[in-house]
Amino acid sequence: MSATALPILAPPRKRLRMPALVILAIGWIAAILLIAAFADWLRPYGITTLDLRARLTPPVGFGGTMRHLLGTDELGRDVLSRLIVSIRISLVIAFGATTIAAVLGTTLGFLAAHFRGWVEQVVLMLIDFQASMPFLILALSVLAFFGNSLALFVALMGLYGWERHARIARGLAISANAQGYAAAVRQLGARPGRIYLYHVLPNIASTLIVAGTLSFPEVVLLESGLSFLGLGVQPPMTSLGNMVGYGREYLTRAPWILLAPSSIIVLTTLSVSLLGDWLRDRLDPTLS
Amino acid sequence: MMRFLGLRLGRALLTIVLVVTFAFVVLRLSGDPAMMIMSPEAPAEAIAAFRKAWGLDQPVWVQYLHYFGAILQGELGQSMRDGRPAILLVVERIPATLALTIPALILKVGLGIPAGIHAALHRNSLTDRLVMAGAVAGFTVPSFVLGLLLVLLFAVQLGWLPSGGQESWRSAILPVITLGLGGAGILARFTRSAMLEVLGQPYIRTASATGVPWRRVVRGHALPNAAIPTVTIVGFMIGSLIAGAVVVESVFSWPGVGRLLVVAVANRDLAVVQCILLLVASTMVTSNLIVDLLYGVLDPRLRAGGAAGAH
Repeated sequence: MSATALPILAPPRKRLRMPALVILAIGWIAAILLIAAFADWLRPYGITTLDLRARLTPPVGFGGTMRHLLGTDELGRDVLSRLIVSIRISLVIAFGATTIAAVLGTTLGFLAAHFRGWVEQVVLMLIDFQASMPFLILALSVLAFFGNSLALFVALMGLYGWERHARIARGLAISANAQGYAAAVRQLGARPGRIYLYHVLPNIASTLIVAGTLSFPEVVLLESGLSFLGLGVQPPMTSLGNMVGYGREYLTRAPWILLAPSSIIVLTTLSVSLLGDWLRDRLDPTLS
Repeated sequence: MMRFLGLRLGRALLTIVLVVTFAFVVLRLSGDPAMMIMSPEAPAEAIAAFRKAWGLDQPVWVQYLHYFGAILQGELGQSMRDGRPAILLVVERIPATLALTIPALILKVGLGIPAGIHAALHRNSLTDRLVMAGAVAGFTVPSFVLGLLLVLLFAVQLGWLPSGGQESWRSAILPVITLGLGGAGILARFTRSAMLEVLGQPYIRTASATGVPWRRVVRGHALPNAAIPTVTIVGFMIGSLIAGAVVVESVFSWPGVGRLLVVAVANRDLAVVQCILLLVASTMVTSNLIVDLLYGVLDPRLRAGGAAGAH
């Protein structure tokens, strides 16, 4: 919002030591990434494998057995296995969506900064539109009416948060254009594409990455919210929100179905937010 | 100021046109409503009659123009399910939704803003850390998880409160808390960072260096300046009074607009969905407009600078 008031003096350097909480957050993110990468090796059972003699088994420590560490659901499906695969799907969606949003937003922001005039007005109007509508409402209508494929779902999630990148990219590119280096490269005869890709982008990348870190947890929450409503990832596929939505039916009898994915969602969004905040404080104090 | 107002108003109207167009394109082009309402085995004449009755046999752009014309005349179509005017279906759900979202908004503002200010004024104190932890939790715990945890604790384990439905005012407690806590966290975070940014400005240092008591510096210089970004967030929250409870209403089976939307979308009840979209868009756009005008009141620089400063 207020990227206008750049401080005249550089802020004093923050201490270099990483807070313990951030280290924990990075550790958690790394663990989650590893789980997602090796999901197929880590999961003890298939996500649709039924163990009908062990339905609604509680987790170990609550009367369960080592066979199903986190218990089973009412079809006897292993909660741990479903959780591991859910982590992968939710992360793939969130990463894909954040990347799409970053690329789309940055491109539009650069276009607006380069052409100004009506192009800029159109982009600003789209930003206004996106920012003024609750995205969940838009997503709800699109999803329910176009049906549901994973590709479409990721693309739709990719429309979330592009306006933040567009706004930042536009503002920073406009100020970069006024600076010496961009003008110098332009004087040397570089084409706009080259100037923006090789000169402006590296200079503003840190800010954009921080913006991505900030919208990543929001995408995770959005995806899980939609899947919770039954409008996101569809069975037999499973995602974290999907598991919560399903586990809701067994809230009283088998709360572990719901608690396991819930805690993963919370811890992951928390970790990425902590990391994002810390990065923002370190790299770019002007970003709000 | 007039130019600023005109530009803002024009942009607001354009946003609404865009929303309507978006809704229309998505809803009409994505599938055949006749097939959804009537079964595929229905006789061809019946389907044709249905199409004719709803104007679905005409080219899309004609339907679009008709739709716009109808909206201008205040007609938002009938629900395809029970034939009642869509606007009525939506309007009769609004009180239920507001019964959740208004108390939640009061909770958000009453809890979030003071907490944020306090945290900023006592930076790095224990309360600051607590407020920030609460704020981060409010931001990272999805509403359905928080809602279900509250149900698990207060309805299932303790049996103090109902888990859903709309029997008495007690049914509203859990959904209101669910909605309010998350928003309060977000608001506290914004208020805190807005305050911190303002407190770091040279004019605060100047004011306190000239011997103005700290209390007056905060009240007279810091708070009004920190109000600007905070007002944006509150404006967004006011704008989402109608649409902000979709998930929470689903968690608690609360018969509000959000619940209606989910059901209408599942049934492809086009008129109802478009009606809600339009309603949501207008409330959002109106509250954004009010926020922009408030900017003018709060920040005299914008009055002269025109719309450029709003972004």
